[in-house]
Amino acid sequence: MNTQISVLLFGITRDLTGQSAVTLPLTEGARVSDLLESIHAQFPDLARIRSMMVAVNGEYAEPDLALSSSDEVALIPPVSGG
Amino acid sequence: MVSITSDPIDVSSALTLLQSDQAGAIDFFLGMVRDNTQQRSVDHLEYEAYDRMAISEMRKIVEQAREQWTILKCVVVHRKGTLRVGEIAVLIGVSTPHRADSFDACRYIIDTIKQTVPIWKKEVFTDGETWVNAHP
Repeated sequence: MNTQISVLLFGITRDLTGQSAVTLPLTEGARVSDLLESIHAQFPDLARIRSMMVAVNGEYAEPDLALSSSDEVALIPPVSGG
Repeated sequence: MVSITSDPIDVSSALTLLQSDQAGAIDFFLGMVRDNTQQRSVDHLEYEAYDRMAISEMRKIVEQAREQWTILKCVVVHRKGTLRVGEIAVLIGVSTPHRADSFDACRYIIDTIKQTVPIWKKEVFTDGETWVNAHP
């Protein structure tokens, strides 16, 4: 069964996509790396960013972490606080 | 105490929070908005935060500092939104029994914030704008 997952966008990812969140289809057993692949396919401009992390439920996530539609997911482009 | 605010950062209220009868030292680090970057003239900065995660990452950093140094009290405040030249973007305050721990903990906290906390800075120049660190 296909469900959907919402991804929060900040900083340059929000500027490049023109959106503060995107909804993507989520296939059963999809992992963080699969999500990154499909978001890059939908928004090729994101490849211009130096590096990209993903946060799941407010924590940095490894590429092999499995996702569920209830997760809060965010793209984390290179940080520049301070 | 760790927080993110859209309002100007008040150093004197942070000082009040840090005071302790056991403290022999209080150190502050203030990150300021500078009027230039690499010879380009800065008009203002835009800071954006993933608030929930930024707070939890900053709390982790404070805990890591507490494991390394004897810290009595610690205040971390990061600003977000539009900041003008001369404003405070971030305040780190640490009180400790002895000064060496204050200096070291303060430096560790600001250096680590810059590496891991999901806050983003856009520099708006008089002739363009850029998200800092975003491009190769």
